[in-house]
Amino acid sequence: MKQKFDIIKSTCVPLPLENVDTDQIIPARFLKATDKEGFGENLFRDWRYEADGTPKDFVLNNPAYSGEILVAGKNFGCGSSREHAAWAIAGYGFRVVVSSFFADIHKQNELNNFVLPVVVSEDFLAELFKSIEADAKTLVTVDVPAQTITNEATGRSESFELNGYKKYCLMNALDDIDFLLENKDKIEQWEAEH
Amino acid sequence: MNTLFDKIWDAHVVQRVPDGPTQLYIDRLYCHEVTSPQAFAGMRARGLKCLRPQQIICMPDHNTPTHDQDKPIEDPVSRHQVDTLAQNAADFGLTHFGMMHPNNGIIHVVGPEQGLSLPGMTIVCGDSHTSTHGAMGAVSFGIGTSEVEQVLASQCILQSKPKSMRISVNGALRPGVTAKDVALYIMSKITTSGATGYFVEYAGSAVQSLSMEGRLTLCNLSIEMGARGGFVAPDETTFEYIKGRPYAPQGAEWEKAVAHWRTLRSGDDAVFDREETFDAADIEPMITYGTNPGMGIGISQTIPHPQNASDEKALAYMQFSAGQRLVGTPVDYVFLGACTNGRIEDFRAFASIAKGRQKAAGVTAWLVPGSWKVLEQIKAEGLDVVLQEAGFEIRQPGCSACLAMNDDKIPAGKLAVSTSNRNFEGRQGPGARTCLASPLMAAAAAVTGVITDPRDLLS
Repeated sequence: MKQKFDIIKSTCVPLPLENVDTDQIIPARFLKATDKEGFGENLFRDWRYEADGTPKDFVLNNPAYSGEILVAGKNFGCGSSREHAAWAIAGYGFRVVVSSFFADIHKQNELNNFVLPVVVSEDFLAELFKSIEADAKTLVTVDVPAQTITNEATGRSESFELNGYKKYCLMNALDDIDFLLENKDKIEQWEAEH
Repeated sequence: MNTLFDKIWDAHVVQRVPDGPTQLYIDRLYCHEVTSPQAFAGMRARGLKCLRPQQIICMPDHNTPTHDQDKPIEDPVSRHQVDTLAQNAADFGLTHFGMMHPNNGIIHVVGPEQGLSLPGMTIVCGDSHTSTHGAMGAVSFGIGTSEVEQVLASQCILQSKPKSMRISVNGALRPGVTAKDVALYIMSKITTSGATGYFVEYAGSAVQSLSMEGRLTLCNLSIEMGARGGFVAPDETTFEYIKGRPYAPQGAEWEKAVAHWRTLRSGDDAVFDREETFDAADIEPMITYGTNPGMGIGISQTIPHPQNASDEKALAYMQFSAGQRLVGTPVDYVFLGACTNGRIEDFRAFASIAKGRQKAAGVTAWLVPGSWKVLEQIKAEGLDVVLQEAGFEIRQPGCSACLAMNDDKIPAGKLAVSTSNRNFEGRQGPGARTCLASPLMAAAAAVTGVITDPRDLLS
């Protein structure tokens, strides 16, 4: 899971639906594992396959679309806090999810699993969906050091938010526990004062 | 500024990371079997022990069957997950209320009823409905598994401070209108993402007049409007509820605690980042028609026209049409329970309509108490007899059909009126169609076999 971020240039998989909840990303019946492996196979399981395993007409089954970037409608990842959703997205091979709005807990879960949620404007998102619809091979560049995203089909570029702490973690493959363990004295000091 | 949220949050700040999140101290961590195993595995991989094991409480609830809990779980994968939690609790020295333990039940029902969740606390759990405990006057929110591991290791979490929002509901609720309807109404107005990025304080006379059970239901549903959490400032109703509970402060400690809790309220000069105000008189019994909890209408209203492809997809999935009224729609399943509506007051409400009536022949009804303590109270009040005479069976406690991780799955295509919290596609079983509603609405559907305005059955 831990991998360093720099500049990612990739084609995209479009999912132009709003309010995609984590029950769709990974249904509850797949949450019984006690490790983090194999969730990618069941990403969007019930949109992707019939009950008998026959593939449905869904973007992940369309060979025209592939890449490390998932582009989704607003309020992506709402609902359950299950981090299995982030494990499924990472396990499938996505490194970036682009949307105009993310649900809070899922956004944090993505970051904690080295999947970068990139928040773009509604306009940028709508234009990107159009570019991908016109040409499935549309490239997008996500430049983490510069905090910019570029639709290479139109040349349109936007900057995105990422706090300095998390940016450092992503670019150096460090997680929050590494940080917290280094600050144990501050925790004990807080407890002594309360 | 100077909101109760600010006061509790700020009092728990260990440090503010430069150009980064806040390191927040956590008073209480709850762990269930689904979102904790990978966190414990991470602890083992790093060779860590829990920093404050006495502040961590574990119990299985998602996988537990709602029958024959004295026997091993039949599904070997579920059994393994439940056994893994027991082993992890033992290995790390944590309190564990296992299946059949008298304190077992759904975490968000058990925490408050045991006095483990108290005013002024910071509380987290790898479960989005951790917002429930906000009813106690606590800052309580759901987290991911990586964050569970953070708390296991350091009793802290790195978190950006959400913005504050006050939702006031003023006036008196009409007969037949419950806390569930209040929450579904708010969501229908501000949408399922309307409070994303905010922490909500519920206020106003309608909220203050709610019982603790009602407040727990309201706060439970905060996440369904996108809010990280929601709470109600503690008052006499809160203190009365907590007093004498097993893990609540006792004796001199009690007096000291209450004196502190009385200070926990937003200042008169408090400034919220956002305010929303509603009139209780505008709220009627609510029901959802779509595939997110914000897609709800008053029972007398018609389904609105779809605004986009997502709305169209939802109506197609639910097999409903714009302009349609839901009253009279045949119902296959009724589910009473979940961390939303699995408390004693919910069973009282259901029984008030079931009493003297009979379950409709075509309806399968699952009545699942939120905990063994709730079941005990149901029996103490004789509600079990009322429900049995009406043709209903009470099952054993757990999350059950809310997310169908055990055997309680609604079959594909079947329509359920459910007191749970999510009507997402397939939430209650692949292909299942869910209408969220209050226990009164669920009972009305169960005895008539169709979606019914519960006010027509109230005496």
